Amino acid sequence: MISERYFNIAILALLIIVPTWAYFADEPFTITLMTRAAIFALAAVGLNLALGTGGLVSFGHAAFFGMGGYVMGILAHHAQTFTPVAEVPFLIEGTKSMPVIWLVSILLSAVLAWVIGFLSLRTSGVYFIMITLAFAQMMFFFSISWSEYGGEDGLSIYVRNSFPGLNTLDPIQFYILCLAILLIVLGAMARVVKSPFGLALNAARQSPQRVDAVGLNVKRLRLVAFIISGAITGLAGALFADLNRFVSPTMFSWQLSGEIMVFIIIGGVGRLFGPVVGALIFVALEHFLGGLSDFWHIYLGLLLLMIVLFGKGGIIGMICGREKSHG
Amino acid sequence: MSFLSLNNVSASYGSSQALFGVNLTLNEGEVMALMGRNGMGKSTTVRCICRMIPSSGSLTFASVDLSKLASHQASRLGIGLVPEGRRCFSGLSVYENLVAAARPGFWTFEKIVDLFPRLGERKQQIASSLSGGEQQMLAIGRALMTNPKLLILDEATEGLAPLIRDEIWNAIKQLKTETGLSILVIDKSVTELRSISDSAVILERGRDVWSGKMSELTSEITAKYVGV
Repeated sequence: MISERYFNIAILALLIIVPTWAYFADEPFTITLMTRAAIFALAAVGLNLALGTGGLVSFGHAAFFGMGGYVMGILAHHAQTFTPVAEVPFLIEGTKSMPVIWLVSILLSAVLAWVIGFLSLRTSGVYFIMITLAFAQMMFFFSISWSEYGGEDGLSIYVRNSFPGLNTLDPIQFYILCLAILLIVLGAMARVVKSPFGLALNAARQSPQRVDAVGLNVKRLRLVAFIISGAITGLAGALFADLNRFVSPTMFSWQLSGEIMVFIIIGGVGRLFGPVVGALIFVALEHFLGGLSDFWHIYLGLLLLMIVLFGKGGIIGMICGREKSHG
Repeated sequence: MSFLSLNNVSASYGSSQALFGVNLTLNEGEVMALMGRNGMGKSTTVRCICRMIPSSGSLTFASVDLSKLASHQASRLGIGLVPEGRRCFSGLSVYENLVAAARPGFWTFEKIVDLFPRLGERKQQIASSLSGGEQQMLAIGRALMTNPKLLILDEATEGLAPLIRDEIWNAIKQLKTETGLSILVIDKSVTELRSISDSAVILERGRDVWSGKMSELTSEITAKYVGV
């Protein structure tokens, strides 16, 4: 077995070496693929806090991913058309500034997560899964009917948003930005899961009654985790929309919720780098097998089946051994 | 002064009534033994105090009505529970178990290690891999880390080797003499309960049938209600 620490360093090296090679080999598409993987990983890092640490099987995280995407789309659309987002009760202008878009995405995704979490955390098990799915589907159908922002056709943004000091249209610079965000969030997550809050959340996954008995409000712990989780996934949505310069209702789709969950299961539930490994494998399969067959999801399904049946700790579990807190 | 007071407390599990108007008064700094044979309602009484099951009647702790509180609110009020069967957070290490439950106050990780040096030696060990005695020490340590005003020990020495049991009883005695903590203790060892407790309440079929000072508890009474 390889130490998880060394494995994580190897993955980190991969995230740096591959785009560096692609940059010098003039392979911008590879950089775009790595950017896509980094953004998917970020979305899954968000879900991993709720699912891996908190045991909350949310099947509706696309709601936050789409929320982040639409925040980016709407703000950028109004900035490029020189129209205000709203005039009543006060004037809200569009913007092409990434930091502002990220901040609004995080805030609105957190508010949405608070609403969804507040209502869905009253239930557990299959009901929780279904309620989170139902909220994401509501968002999906709402976006389809929202003709002002493209409805079913989505919304195109002609120029990538800006970040001070960087040319975000340059694939490597945008990748560095996404990687930096991913690493900052991973660093924060490593601290959060070892903080008293993270430990209590982990303990609540194992036995909510025991956590209640030591004076911790399990519902509140889970709600806070769900909000943080949603906010991170929302940020990933904003970056994803910027990568594609396009937002559409598919960002809210249940398939996307499932894919974010698949990244975590493939990589390793509750493992810090599990979402990163899962997203890298997903994007690699999507690219290499997707070029060979339209039915490449069959191979993804087989991989998922193998992992669920024979390696419950995901790829990291198979290589580094199972994490004790996830049995 | 009455610290914990139960007046006419009744509780049921579905249609099966387990407590029939239990009364109990524990004073601040006092150690009280809750005695009775198996299935007489001792753990149910504890669950009512800790608000893990609903009950009728009056329950007050430090002049606060417990009956409307949730389990975590009762704990925050200062009721620390060492549950029957230890029930540590099995996937967390010793240190993580203690830190997850910590609230500010006298008890810190270092103080717990002073009380149970074995826990210091096993700091990074996962709770599920500890021996039964060590898990019990951890369960007591975890309850203390919440810095309770009242510690409830539900069968804290059950199923442990005699040496470990002695170690735990010594720690409980140390808690009584050095910290003046109020303690409600349930155990099968009448000898140990006699040596540590100031008072006792005996339950029989969900009713309190005897209460008073430990010095007044005769062997006839224990033979009749506890079977020892």
